[in-house]
Amino acid sequence: MQTRRNALKHTAVVAGLLASTGLFPQFAFAFNKSAFDAKSVADALKALGASGALTESKDVSVTAPDIAENGSVVPVGVATTLAGVKTLLIMVEKNPATLTALFNVTESVEPAFQARVKMGQSSDVYAIAIMNDGKVLFAKKEVKVTLGGCGG
Amino acid sequence: MADPMRIRAQAAGDKATVRVLMAHEMEGGQRKDASGSIVPAWYIQEVTATHNGKPVLTAEWGPAVSKNPFLQFVVKGAKAGDKIGVNWKDNRGDTRSDEATVS
Repeated sequence: MQTRRNALKHTAVVAGLLASTGLFPQFAFAFNKSAFDAKSVADALKALGASGALTESKDVSVTAPDIAENGSVVPVGVATTLAGVKTLLIMVEKNPATLTALFNVTESVEPAFQARVKMGQSSDVYAIAIMNDGKVLFAKKEVKVTLGGCGG
Repeated sequence: MADPMRIRAQAAGDKATVRVLMAHEMEGGQRKDASGSIVPAWYIQEVTATHNGKPVLTAEWGPAVSKNPFLQFVVKGAKAGDKIGVNWKDNRGDTRSDEATVS
């Protein structure tokens, strides 16, 4: 016999099953969520497993405008002239989440990328190169934002 | 299915510059709609580029990449006639692949 109590119990079971099978699609592949949630440059690097000391280097470059009128579209370029780069990162220090983009460099591409990013407020933009030998090199540039591109 | 990407690959010497313009909302998860509730984040998380079918670049993006993202990179050893493929996947599991020929 179908009682109200049983019906409620079944509903709860089905809901539980749906929740466990539906999952969250972002965990289905190797997306490093903790790194993209990190609130500072140091935390993001830690989440990526880059343990080397952060060193400023003139061989790493970041290109960005001095003043960005619209914070929702700021062209940023990161590049390095060094060989043996494993990963290049773009970080915006004062954004809600610091890490913006991560590029896994291979032999077949030049370690130079351009993308457009959103900036919530004026901030330092970092180009960070994680080298194959574990060194972490960076360059930074301050970008002034007239109109923020996050929230509103 | 999302709108197609615009890919342009131009050979110069022994390398090719690839410019990609993807059509994606890239919602950051910070914005509020008219009723004051937060618009959930919806953004491209993974980008893969291939040269004649061989993966040459993978990238992971956060929500702070601009709407309709632009990406430029340089593929070594690519010449006119080669195929450059780009594939992305967003946090809802949507994917899109497009291919262009180096000119």
